[in-house]
Amino acid sequence: MNAATTPTPRLAIKGMRKVYPAVIANDGVDLTVMPGEIHAVVGENGAGKSTLMKAIYGVIRPDEGEIRWEGEHVNITSPGQARELGIGMVFQHFSLFETLTVAQNVALALPGKFDLAGLSRRIIEVSERYGLPIDPRRLVHALSVGERQRVEIIRCLLQNPRLLILDEPTSVLTPQAVRKLFETLRKLASEGCSILYISHKLDEIQELCHTATILRAGKVTGTCSPAQETPKTLARMMIGEDLPVIHHGEPAEGGEVRLRIDGLTQATGDPFGVNLRDIHLEVRSGEIVGIAGVSGNGQQELLKAISGEETLHDRRAVQMCGVPVGRLNPARRRSLGMCFVPEERLGRGAVPRLSLTENILLTAYRKGMLVSGMIRFGAARRFAEECIRRFDVKCGGPGSEAKSLSGGNLQKFIVGREIMQDPKLLVLAQPTWGVDVGAASFIRRSLLDLRNAGTAVLVISEELDELFEICDRLVVIAKGTLSPTKVTSETGVEEIGIWMSGMWPDSVVAGDTTHVA
Amino acid sequence: MWLKFEQRTEPSPLMSYLSPAIAVGLMLVSGMALFYVLGRNPFAGFKIFFLNPVKDWYGVSELLLKATPLMLCAVGLSVGFRANVWNIGAEGQFLMGALAAGGVALHFPDSTSPFLLPGMVLAGALGGMAWAAIPAWLRTRFNANEILTSLMLVYVAQLVVSWLVHGPWKDPEGFNFPQTQMFQAKALLPVLVEGNRVNVALFIGMGALLIAWVFMNRSFLGFQMKVAGQAENAGRYAGFSSKRTIWLGMLAGGALAGIAGMSEVAGPVGQITEHISPGYGFAAMIVAFVGRLTPIGIFFSSLLLALLYVGGEQVQQHMQLPSAISNVFQGMLLFFLLASDVFINFRLRRLARRQ
Amino acid sequence: MGLELLTSILFATVMAGTPLIIAGLGELVTEKAGVLNLGVEGMMSVGAVAAFAVAFFTHNYFLAILAGMGAGMAISMLFAVAALTLMANQVACGLALSIFGVGLAAFVGKPLESMSLKAGTPIAIPLLEKIPVLGPALFQQQSLVYFSWVLLAAVAWFLYRSKPGLVLRAVGEAPVAAHAIGYPVVRIRYLAVLFGGAMAGVAGAFMVVFYTPLWVEGMIAGRGWISIALVVFATWRPLRVLVGAYLFGGCMIAQMFVQASGVELNVPSQWLSSLPYLATILVLVLISRNRSNIRLNSPASLGQPFLPDV
Repeated sequence: MNAATTPTPRLAIKGMRKVYPAVIANDGVDLTVMPGEIHAVVGENGAGKSTLMKAIYGVIRPDEGEIRWEGEHVNITSPGQARELGIGMVFQHFSLFETLTVAQNVALALPGKFDLAGLSRRIIEVSERYGLPIDPRRLVHALSVGERQRVEIIRCLLQNPRLLILDEPTSVLTPQAVRKLFETLRKLASEGCSILYISHKLDEIQELCHTATILRAGKVTGTCSPAQETPKTLARMMIGEDLPVIHHGEPAEGGEVRLRIDGLTQATGDPFGVNLRDIHLEVRSGEIVGIAGVSGNGQQELLKAISGEETLHDRRAVQMCGVPVGRLNPARRRSLGMCFVPEERLGRGAVPRLSLTENILLTAYRKGMLVSGMIRFGAARRFAEECIRRFDVKCGGPGSEAKSLSGGNLQKFIVGREIMQDPKLLVLAQPTWGVDVGAASFIRRSLLDLRNAGTAVLVISEELDELFEICDRLVVIAKGTLSPTKVTSETGVEEIGIWMSGMWPDSVVAGDTTHVA
Repeated sequence: MWLKFEQRTEPSPLMSYLSPAIAVGLMLVSGMALFYVLGRNPFAGFKIFFLNPVKDWYGVSELLLKATPLMLCAVGLSVGFRANVWNIGAEGQFLMGALAAGGVALHFPDSTSPFLLPGMVLAGALGGMAWAAIPAWLRTRFNANEILTSLMLVYVAQLVVSWLVHGPWKDPEGFNFPQTQMFQAKALLPVLVEGNRVNVALFIGMGALLIAWVFMNRSFLGFQMKVAGQAENAGRYAGFSSKRTIWLGMLAGGALAGIAGMSEVAGPVGQITEHISPGYGFAAMIVAFVGRLTPIGIFFSSLLLALLYVGGEQVQQHMQLPSAISNVFQGMLLFFLLASDVFINFRLRRLARRQ
Repeated sequence: MGLELLTSILFATVMAGTPLIIAGLGELVTEKAGVLNLGVEGMMSVGAVAAFAVAFFTHNYFLAILAGMGAGMAISMLFAVAALTLMANQVACGLALSIFGVGLAAFVGKPLESMSLKAGTPIAIPLLEKIPVLGPALFQQQSLVYFSWVLLAAVAWFLYRSKPGLVLRAVGEAPVAAHAIGYPVVRIRYLAVLFGGAMAGVAGAFMVVFYTPLWVEGMIAGRGWISIALVVFATWRPLRVLVGAYLFGGCMIAQMFVQASGVELNVPSQWLSSLPYLATILVLVLISRNRSNIRLNSPASLGQPFLPDV
């Protein structure tokens, strides 16, 4: 094969390097994407995938490295320039403006004159062609997460991209919606568009992608054809060892009810929020119950009702260990034995600028750290040191600031702080989101140990794999209502996926599924 | 893009201490430039503004006298500011405290009770607290922004003072000047050293600093307020009452500003007039920021801003410049501090040139 | 007698409300971009002093207004650098600007305090001025009054019908998203702050050149702060700024109402003077009670510093 017949890569990156004060995000990364190719960029959280994509899209400037676009050397200095070259990006955390309409959001990403009517026509045209139905006049805040992703994709498609980058697109979708997305992507690829698909979900990559580049700790550890690999071999390239296996064990039978939610109906005070309707749930000691659901279906509101960050009119709607707690604030609920790990680490689960010792005081102060209203810093520090040791938190000691820890280590610290309070009930939201594989597996094992010791555990998560791995029973939340419970071993990803669209038997939201997912 | 700010991994403790010093230095340099532009000798200006006031013991005592109300107001404000409770109405709370204490003094013009003065201190604190309670209540009950409500009340307080000294409380033997009677000797704060004007309010101020230090650094309530100020959602997650934080933040500021007001009318002024405060309530905010919202820092910064006040008076006397020059220096100082604070959390870095 | 009185009250209300409209619209644009600039009082003060000085020495009122605009813009740069480039706390920066601006104006304006200006000539709009009551009240005003109405229309059109206005609103709502799309967030915010400073300067100029043709320390008397409250009251919508401004303007001339109506109220003048401030508090309470309303209309990133990830 001579040079004349070798096709030019659409995108070729050599030696990309980006250094931040605390970490080397990309270290000598090479990447080659051919026209019409669906190319996966694989790596666990923190491997450097997002940084690489931001550099390609012109959001950040790399410190070293060469980018060639269709054979020509380029310097991509801004997203506008990237768009002009023909690169489109669908962000993981959407770059949409909630108080504006779909059409206005799209207009913001397009250069040129301002013609909302003509733009709306083009939006409808593109959305029909690729199977992504959306109404241009709707306000973004009223859209479901899946619909918002469609807006992001359409926004890119309107500029006839030759390279489309998708950053973790399926973390917000039901299994069925994922399949629909794959159809769209295959259609695009067949028209000659190259696709960069960032993900850590090995089974999806096997299903969809032609080639894969694997990143670990900022370096490329290999390239391959996913179809010729197994999840095991891919995992080994991704994390350097086998994926940890967790022994699920058996839940306890007939433990006492630690959390009872009884007819919880709560209108949200947030104009962008979801109302909760007639929620019933029980969590017993010695079991792990999981709540699955697509983001934006009432998880936040339900969590706040359980934790006490939102108090309820009906004090009996939530009961902990038999005590009606609806009117109690989080501190009072903690005194009854509740502990809670929230979704946001920095700013909610921990205060970024305070030390780990001080962050212990946030929830664990009852453990002998207060005397007549004054703080015993020695006791707090010892607690922090113990937490760091037991939960393998890599940090600069109990005096280091919370924000100096990596996501995985901070999550281990927060989970550890809550577990060390010997809770009767532990509630967790997205416990391993954004956390590296090692830490994620450690946290899941800790939860199983806790369950075996008799604690009642409630996990709310958007990651079905995680829920199937650790939960004894599953329930789905959609549009603020809860499905019936299912024992995990008696159901599967397909069924739960359908339920995530609100379509379980006798569902009151079944007819109204357009905006769920 | 040749220089850019890059976030540090940990805030620099060195810059925490250096930053106020740099700000003061920049203020001095700008001040001297200002003198030059106004056609005055910059070095003479520097000497008269900054050195004259402290050249003798009387000058030092005047400095401490002026620093006392600043110290009191600022430490009260800092309790709130640390918790993100923005009490901008300290000036009004100062005036109401002065009125409350003065009211007690005027009501008992012949009393010889040893409880008169402590009663006035208490009245001052209560008066300031009452005025601060209004924005606190409006915020907790109606979600009304406390910056604007507390500030509007400053203007109202000034009008109340004006009305009282022009009307009901006017001294009948005062030749129709807008002022009250002079307070009797038992209603005045005792002076510390004969011949100087600095009085026991200084001890009240230092006591307040000490109590504030213990509260902020060792008490759980102080910790809760610190969390509320830094991460509101974390405070809610922990179950710390945000209402309590707001009330405490506002009332602490009000009480201490009220005591400061009392110390002014029961001290050097000795009566209530329309001009009992040269803007102490606002200067105290600068004292609080320059003092890094810590009691020790506030002690030093209150001395610094007192120097700016006294220096301004000196400059007016000896160089025929309006005493409003103090306000110019105060504003400059705050701006320079805010500017140099950036280096605590960020460092400047040269960007590598793209190849 | 009655109609003449009504006309003069309306006239005075419009005059009193005009600086609030102009400064309020400037602050509205600034806040729509996500920046909370509390220094309006300081910017109005220096604008006033600059305008007065130029008016006194050149007798050219147009130049005076330009000078006021320029002074407001110049001093707002201090705030912009501190809050946007150096990422200092916006509330503290705004306070610093207010204190510094008011102090600087008092200092620079001392020699001007005993001077007076010739009153400005009003401009009558033909035909419209003949309407009974409303005609003389609305259409025989100073030029800046008409400017305030044109400004309202221009700001409304800019924000809701133009692309740059859409970009500005996007920046105020989600600066990180705007940055990811490629918009220069910091530069846009600088422009918004400068516009706010310019308008505050013009409002200050109006105070000394047309409203009361003299300069005295502290004559802005809280109007800058009231303008900020006005933006909240208007839930960040331009037309409501006008309505609120005239309401407050009415409060400010309450004394005139009372005297002119002939009612023998033995009310001390200070009580009447406190009306605008009390009205501001009342209005803030009424508007803020509905937290959901505030959340829907206020720019989501208001007051938060923005650090671009480059």
